[in-house]
Amino acid sequence: MEWIQQLVNGISLGSIYALIALGYTMVYGIIKLINFAHGDVFMIGAFIGFYAIAKWELGFFPALLLAMVVCAIFGVLIERIAYKRLRNATRIAALITAIGVSLLIEYTTIFFRGAQPAAYPEVFKNRTLDILGVQISSTSILILSVAVVLMILLQFIVHKTKIGKAMRAVSHDADAARLMGINVDNTISATFAIGSALAGAAGVIFGVYYTKIDPLMGVIPGVKAFIAAVLGGIGIIPGAMVGGMLLGVVESMVSALGYSLWRDAAAFVILILILIFRPSGIFGKNAREKV
Amino acid sequence: MKENKKLKKFGSLLVASSLLAGVLAGCGAGDDSSSGGGSSSGGGSSDGDTIKIGANLELSGNVASYGSSIGVGAELAVKEINDAGGIDGKKIELIKVDNKSENSEATAAAIKLATQDKVVAMLAPATSGNTVATVQIANDNKIPIVTGSGTAPNITVNDDGSVNEYAFRTCFIDPFQGIVAANFAASELDAKNVAIFADNASDYAKGLAKSFKETITKNGGKVVKEEAYVAKDADFRTQLTNIKAANPDFIFIPGYYEEVGLIVKQAREMGITVPLMGADGWDSPTLVELAGKTALNNTFITNHYSAEDPDQKIQDFVKAFKAANSDKAPDAFNALGYDTIYYIADAIKRAGSTDGEAIKNELAGTKDLSLVTGTFSVDENHNPIKTATVLEFKDGKQVFNSKVNP
Repeated sequence: MEWIQQLVNGISLGSIYALIALGYTMVYGIIKLINFAHGDVFMIGAFIGFYAIAKWELGFFPALLLAMVVCAIFGVLIERIAYKRLRNATRIAALITAIGVSLLIEYTTIFFRGAQPAAYPEVFKNRTLDILGVQISSTSILILSVAVVLMILLQFIVHKTKIGKAMRAVSHDADAARLMGINVDNTISATFAIGSALAGAAGVIFGVYYTKIDPLMGVIPGVKAFIAAVLGGIGIIPGAMVGGMLLGVVESMVSALGYSLWRDAAAFVILILILIFRPSGIFGKNAREKV
Repeated sequence: MKENKKLKKFGSLLVASSLLAGVLAGCGAGDDSSSGGGSSSGGGSSDGDTIKIGANLELSGNVASYGSSIGVGAELAVKEINDAGGIDGKKIELIKVDNKSENSEATAAAIKLATQDKVVAMLAPATSGNTVATVQIANDNKIPIVTGSGTAPNITVNDDGSVNEYAFRTCFIDPFQGIVAANFAASELDAKNVAIFADNASDYAKGLAKSFKETITKNGGKVVKEEAYVAKDADFRTQLTNIKAANPDFIFIPGYYEEVGLIVKQAREMGITVPLMGADGWDSPTLVELAGKTALNNTFITNHYSAEDPDQKIQDFVKAFKAANSDKAPDAFNALGYDTIYYIADAIKRAGSTDGEAIKNELAGTKDLSLVTGTFSVDENHNPIKTATVLEFKDGKQVFNSKVNP
């Protein structure tokens, strides 16, 4: 029974990683940039959700929506201000800029509100359901459902809408897409908007599930989500989902075996192994289409 | 090379000490231990009519709550002493520096206080790790440091058993809290099968876990599960699942409030209802915010003092503190910060000098000093011998449970 319990713990954690990893993977898929500021968009989302619930007394879903909208705008702004001019620069320049943007967001937040953590208010009366001896809290079910719904929505956007088609086209070959009359700049912005909205949602979910948020909370989940994206195959959307879930479960299992202090290390061992033995990730082989 | 440096230092200090001597002559302190050859190497000085005391505190970062609380308590004590005429007519000036809750920053802050501000004594950081990072600076500059709440044994005593001459504290040490917790668990809560869930990133938590384990085993209890976490974790459900499976009737959680708050919350959500216990690291309003009031019921901590203790001295302090801080009740860190200033001021007064060595000798020789967190004498390891208080959380409030003597 404990093992099923641990699996539930892992999937809850994994669904948060997966939501963040989607943003990494989408941005990489379209402009080959590892957006290290993505974990901080996640943090901004968590804080917007916090203020929406604690200060403006909105419910969970309005707060989630607000965080997603603000993060989408924020993501587009980051792209327009910091990355757009560097689109034809070397990749290392863009990467270092991303790290700079990340630190800028973190320390600006600390400047405005201080480094002390905040506690998420309780939005739901948390009930624990007993399913065949496994204790599953209503919050973790909610988190999982929100994450799954958002991922389905993303699949729908990418495969069934015009902007999704444009995204796939740009990721495939930006120049050819431009020749076909696709507005590449707007498509890239849309990618940032969608990826950042998902990170914002992950931030609110994280706050509700783990209670504590602080300005540097995006660093570790950001790196873990990056590992998840690489694990699944960076640039591939289903890869990010599977990679996130898998990483969450692996971490939980490492702890469950009594090696809780190795949990973070395990994630990085996975990163190193995957980069050595299968750099294209689990889903990397037969992926023709990206984004 | 070292000699050379020393000579240089000696030269500059000779100038400083002649100034110092002038000041001393002014206030007419004829204590033998304060003057004499050795005192020329004292790092501190006091200019004009003030005595500078440095405060190296966690004003931001992950244990900011402790450092700020100590600072607030210290300021109240400084104000009281100055209003009552200061030390031999000289006012105390408290110089606060933020160490951002980081060891390296704590070291840098201590160097700044010692060399730039030329303080005569320092309030060391609130946590053990940060304090240990400043001990060497204190010894090198011959400036006494006193931590209000650094409870790790290795602040005052090195691993080889030698005493750090210039390091002192106002609080009891970690092993003592672990022993008190284990005795309380065995006698009051009837704990037989216990689990320990410790912060493996801090010496403080590891020290507590060790002494708790030794004592509870001696009391006939059994440790059925030991789990660990590291600071900054947010997900403790996996370890708690393991603990729950071992079915303990008591869980000891030495750690700091930021993580402990989440642990308590997640444990209660997972249906762990047994008593949980920790130590002074739990003492912060943030703990209550993170864990929630109901989750904290049936949890206990050992602490330095309780604002509800009926003792007259404590009640007077509570009154003065509330008057100065918009009716907020003082927590243990406020009380320790307050006591630390009084402890230092008492030593400076008895030394009749601001020389580091003289102050150090008086700090070490303190006997039966009556303070808010208890009356204490300092033992040969520079640790105060004092009582501990056990508190219970009831609907988010700390309720006085009992006092435990060493």
